[in-house]
Amino acid sequence: MTTSMSACPACAAAPLAELQSGAGYRGNGREARKIMLSLPTAHCAACIVAVEQGLATRPGVRSARVNLTLKRATVEADADIEPKALADYLGSIGFEAYELDAGALSSTTTERRSRDLMMRMGVAGFGMMNVMLLSVAVWSGASDATRDLFHWVSAGIALPIIAFSAQPFFKNAWAALRVGRLNMDVPISLAILLAAGMSVYETAHSGEHAYFDAALSLTFFLLAGRFLDHRTRAVARSAAEELTALEVPRAHRLTVDGGEEVVAVSKIAVGDLVRVVPGARVPVDGMVEEGESEIDRSLLTGESLPAFAGPGAMVSAGEVNLTGPLTLRVSAAGQDTALHRMADLVAIAETSRNRYTSLADRAARIYAPAVHLLAAVAFLVWLWISGGDVRLSLNIAVAVLIITCPCALGLAVPAVTTAASGRMFRQGMLLKSATAMERLAEVDHVVFDKTGTLTEGKPEVENRGDFGKRELEVAQALAQGSSHPLAQAIAQTGAEAGIRAARIGKVREVPGHGIEADWQGQTVRLGRAEWLGATPLDKTATWLRIGDAPAQAFTFHDALRDGAAEAVAALKAQGLPVTLISGDVPAAVADIADRLGIEDARAGMLPEDKVAVIEGLRDAGHKVLMVGDGLNDTAALAAAHVSISPASALEATRVVSDIVLLGQTLAPLGGSVKLARAATRRIKENFGIAAAYNAVAIPVALLGFATPLAAALAMSFSSITVSLNALRLRGRT
Amino acid sequence: MNVLVYLIPVSLLLGGLGLAFFFWTLKSSQYDDPEGDARRILTDRYDDAPPED
Repeated sequence: MTTSMSACPACAAAPLAELQSGAGYRGNGREARKIMLSLPTAHCAACIVAVEQGLATRPGVRSARVNLTLKRATVEADADIEPKALADYLGSIGFEAYELDAGALSSTTTERRSRDLMMRMGVAGFGMMNVMLLSVAVWSGASDATRDLFHWVSAGIALPIIAFSAQPFFKNAWAALRVGRLNMDVPISLAILLAAGMSVYETAHSGEHAYFDAALSLTFFLLAGRFLDHRTRAVARSAAEELTALEVPRAHRLTVDGGEEVVAVSKIAVGDLVRVVPGARVPVDGMVEEGESEIDRSLLTGESLPAFAGPGAMVSAGEVNLTGPLTLRVSAAGQDTALHRMADLVAIAETSRNRYTSLADRAARIYAPAVHLLAAVAFLVWLWISGGDVRLSLNIAVAVLIITCPCALGLAVPAVTTAASGRMFRQGMLLKSATAMERLAEVDHVVFDKTGTLTEGKPEVENRGDFGKRELEVAQALAQGSSHPLAQAIAQTGAEAGIRAARIGKVREVPGHGIEADWQGQTVRLGRAEWLGATPLDKTATWLRIGDAPAQAFTFHDALRDGAAEAVAALKAQGLPVTLISGDVPAAVADIADRLGIEDARAGMLPEDKVAVIEGLRDAGHKVLMVGDGLNDTAALAAAHVSISPASALEATRVVSDIVLLGQTLAPLGGSVKLARAATRRIKENFGIAAAYNAVAIPVALLGFATPLAAALAMSFSSITVSLNALRLRGRT
Repeated sequence: MNVLVYLIPVSLLLGGLGLAFFFWTLKSSQYDDPEGDARRILTDRYDDAPPED
């Protein structure tokens, strides 16, 4: 929360001119469309203004509104506006933005539930304050008829409010009791109901003590805990839904008459012909019928080197087509593709982790029976001491139930997770699983995948120095004509170094092989080793041949992902051993390991090998954090104690991950383990605080000295201490 | 003590007004983006209301 406005370079960079114009475009009279954009890096007032004003200047945009809590922008625009164009525009003014499928965002039910909880909480708070006012009069000495009147007024306020506000607890408790189980809601419901019932009875008999205020404040504090818990999860869930929405699944199907239509992937059937343009992700499994190209398999296998694909070759859903257009005969679509089969395997592997019991559950397991036992014992012992005075014994039993402070316990965990996950979210990490924080705190070994995780999967030329000026100029000219990632890397570094492209003619791209042109009467070629008659190297390379001279290789290494070096260094500084496992060739893996200072690097790992590594570590008693993005990592991610994947990973991979990195950078990883440990420590401290209050309050209640005033004090103080302790986490941003 | 006959209803009424006000804030989406609203006051643009949806 303490991020200052000056700590936002992107905002400062937003052109001022963009800020001057006002909104006012009312649309072209036709129906508007709603576009949702994810903004992982927006975080300040200036960001809001820059994004909203910037979007408002785009033609066709009617209105734009940023929601900073969800880091999302909602845009209303003419129907023909492409979301991609708006996202690209925001990228150009310095904000990472991703298109979201508005249709897939069904946040309405969670939204309604959170409003419902807030409503009940507000009502309980209103009742608590009013009854408390009346109670203060009673505590300060009102007696006889006045006291009874106040008690009756309190009852009139408290009973309907409890009936309304405490419903979530009653429902949960009933659901648990029906199947013969005990959860936290059983003692809570019992305490609320007994306190209210007992107080009505006491009031009717002009009794001295009524616990209406206690019943209401119990309801209020516990609803606050429930609401925080729900809110944290709702934010995580809606953001996770957004990520699924990142892949808008469509395919180009060829019709019988030779035309082309865009259809949803779910409509594709086996035997259909599908066209995949260069740069697009293959939507189905199939065999190449026509066309030659190169295929990027890195998401599926971790190989950073593109593979050749020509007629007869099999391609799988999830691969990326690089150079030429391909026509595929579909062999499997939708749920039957290799991609989905892999995801299914993972669903089985995941069960081991679902067995993890959170601290809150473990506490509830001890707490619920203990409280019931204690109250029952108090009732029976007092019945025996007083010689059968049911009213006195029941009063004491109720006091024990109320004073054991389930409020502090109910707030102990949600207050901390809200504070901690809020801080993680601001750093760009999204906690998907409720227990991820606790599991992350236990981690003592970190395993990284390489391609797409530590590296961006974007090649960088490493041996420009080996070439003369003449060769570089020819290479530049050839590279500019191709959309192949290696060619683009050459063109980009060349442009940065100020190389002017040589004059070439008759440029021909040979899909799947490379690019060819005429230069000063000679044929020049840039492309695969086999095509140029050279022997392939064991690392990523593309070859240049001028005329009949021997081919020369441009070699590449992968660019490190932003923040990868910091994250690895920070984790190592915390004493966590780091391992790198990759499906890529040894040379490429060794290069990355060397640059990041990772000693333990293993190359050529198949998905099963990765799982074996994780399981080996687990059997040796380690708790492993796995960070990966590829489909070949999914099983390993599922097998690990806790797993993290970047937002760029495939959906199947993100589903098994506990935490998703929203932005491009890996940097937040470094501090995350530390933060998780601090959060778990706070939770335990909170349990300690609640226990300390109980250690004092329970004997008092058992001896029969508890009064409604004492109960109110104990309850408020323990809840406030616990919340304040949790808030300490927020401070150190 | 007769004054209580007025005071108790008055205090309940005032509390009830507060509650009604809370319902209104809830219905008009004022808790949807607490983070953003906290920052928006720092800009000098006039901002009327959260979007209705």
